Amino acid sequence: MFRSSQFNSTHSAIHVESVSKAYSQSWAKRRAGVTLPPALADVSLAVAPRESVAIVGVNGSGKSTLVRILATLTTPDAGNVRVFGHDVVREATLVRTFINRVSVEASFFKQMSPWENLVYAGRLYGRTGKEIEERATALLQRLGLPRHAVHRPMNGLSRGQQQKVAIVRSLLSSPAILLLDEPTTGLDPRSKHEVQDVVQEMHRETDLTVVLCTHDLAEAEALCSRIIVLDHGKLIGDGTPDNLRTQNGLSPQTTLEQIFLTMTGRTFLEDEESREEAS
Amino acid sequence: MNTFRHSFRHEWTAFVGFFERQINLYKRYWLWEVVWLVYNVVSVLSIGYLASGLGTAHTAQARASLERTQLYLLVGAVLWGYLSLVFFEIASAVTWERWEGTIEYTFMAPIRRVTHLFGVCSFGVVYGLVRTVVVLIVVTFAFHLNLAHANLAGAGAVILVSTLPLIGLGILSAILPLLSPEKGEQMTVAIQGVLLLVSGVYYPISVLPRVLQGVGMLSPLTGTLSGMRDALLNGASVSALGTTLWHLLLMGIVLIVLGIALFQRAEQRAKRLGLLKRNG
Repeated sequence: MFRSSQFNSTHSAIHVESVSKAYSQSWAKRRAGVTLPPALADVSLAVAPRESVAIVGVNGSGKSTLVRILATLTTPDAGNVRVFGHDVVREATLVRTFINRVSVEASFFKQMSPWENLVYAGRLYGRTGKEIEERATALLQRLGLPRHAVHRPMNGLSRGQQQKVAIVRSLLSSPAILLLDEPTTGLDPRSKHEVQDVVQEMHRETDLTVVLCTHDLAEAEALCSRIIVLDHGKLIGDGTPDNLRTQNGLSPQTTLEQIFLTMTGRTFLEDEESREEAS
Repeated sequence: MNTFRHSFRHEWTAFVGFFERQINLYKRYWLWEVVWLVYNVVSVLSIGYLASGLGTAHTAQARASLERTQLYLLVGAVLWGYLSLVFFEIASAVTWERWEGTIEYTFMAPIRRVTHLFGVCSFGVVYGLVRTVVVLIVVTFAFHLNLAHANLAGAGAVILVSTLPLIGLGILSAILPLLSPEKGEQMTVAIQGVLLLVSGVYYPISVLPRVLQGVGMLSPLTGTLSGMRDALLNGASVSALGTTLWHLLLMGIVLIVLGIALFQRAEQRAKRLGLLKRNG
């Protein structure tokens, strides 16, 4: 089993040890002999504080399951996961104070305004009205969200604007670890760049540890210094893009997509197509 | 001590957040609320006029007893409006979050589940009371209700104490969408229907078949309705309602403790099965 070279339990922001997770399926599917592969199979890795790590893999590779376990929304079947030394299952409430998340869907109360959504989110993290106002105002300004948009219902905002509000929401609680689960999927190129710029800025200027889940390999390389490759729930690669090239005997000009091809024997495109056919 | 104070402050802030969120949601969906209020008023008025209609077929001596019947039915209709609203508000705590797509963010917040549930419950109770007062005003004007024999302190005590078992029952029902994202909501509606049948909203539960009477005895709404009728129709005082109030209080404590414990178990199960997400 491949084990991350940076696996170190004592000083990690995130410590994942031998984690496995399988989802149960319906009785009808079991009877028809359909078997689901495990979402995660004996995955171990560690992320240091202030690191920016991309977890790449196609849909169904297990990256979202890993992020959901870190966010305390799913429990692992085996192994243990620690955030700053705290167990995500037994000390879930404490772990939640360190973490926030931006998911692929903006996930807001659609009829409420961005401001109302942000105040609600801030209060869940114990922030007072004044604290929320100061921080949210600064973050919204920084993200360039028009002032008039802040008090309109969320469903009147563009996808890009909604995702910017989602980023503000995630930073409102001053998390130590930011989990980004395909934050730019479905965004137009301009919004995508704006979101990526903000993530880079935040990481550069704060103590934030960033974990980015994506199937956009260019985004992974642009935003993160370290790439973790998951395939069929297994960790098959971990290192800087240069490390991955060297490990696989590839030239420095090789793209991340070519690295992925070498490691899995498939291209991203082939994987996506085969999954679409299967579904 | 400081840790406790900090923790309490955090939980209180989150509690306020849930209450405030519900206010904002209702402000945004105000037209729906107007529709539900009108429906509520019309339903209660229909029950009142049903009793008036029965009165036209009777003699003058029987009319006095029909006024009592009218009040009996109206108490049931108004109280059912309140109880079903609060029950539905609490029972929809998970459904609404799933529908809006915010369930993951609420459940990954560093707060106690009891804060979450009580935040939603407290808004449900306050909103239910406000809406019931509006309905009561309309009903009082429409039927010139004679409350000369009513004991309003007794009625107030019943409504206050009955809120506890209602919250417990609502929390227990809120578990259903956690267990089954697809069918949980419908099961909540089915429970509401059963409560209407067995709790003696429009008739004494003695008219029900023996099995349903047994189920009715377990419903906290039965005690609430009979206590309220005793207070409003027979002028029962708070002390005279003592047994009913203690019974409701005990039921409330048991149902709330049980509800929170089972909700937490259901949340663990949902996490294990990966059900804690917007699409189920």
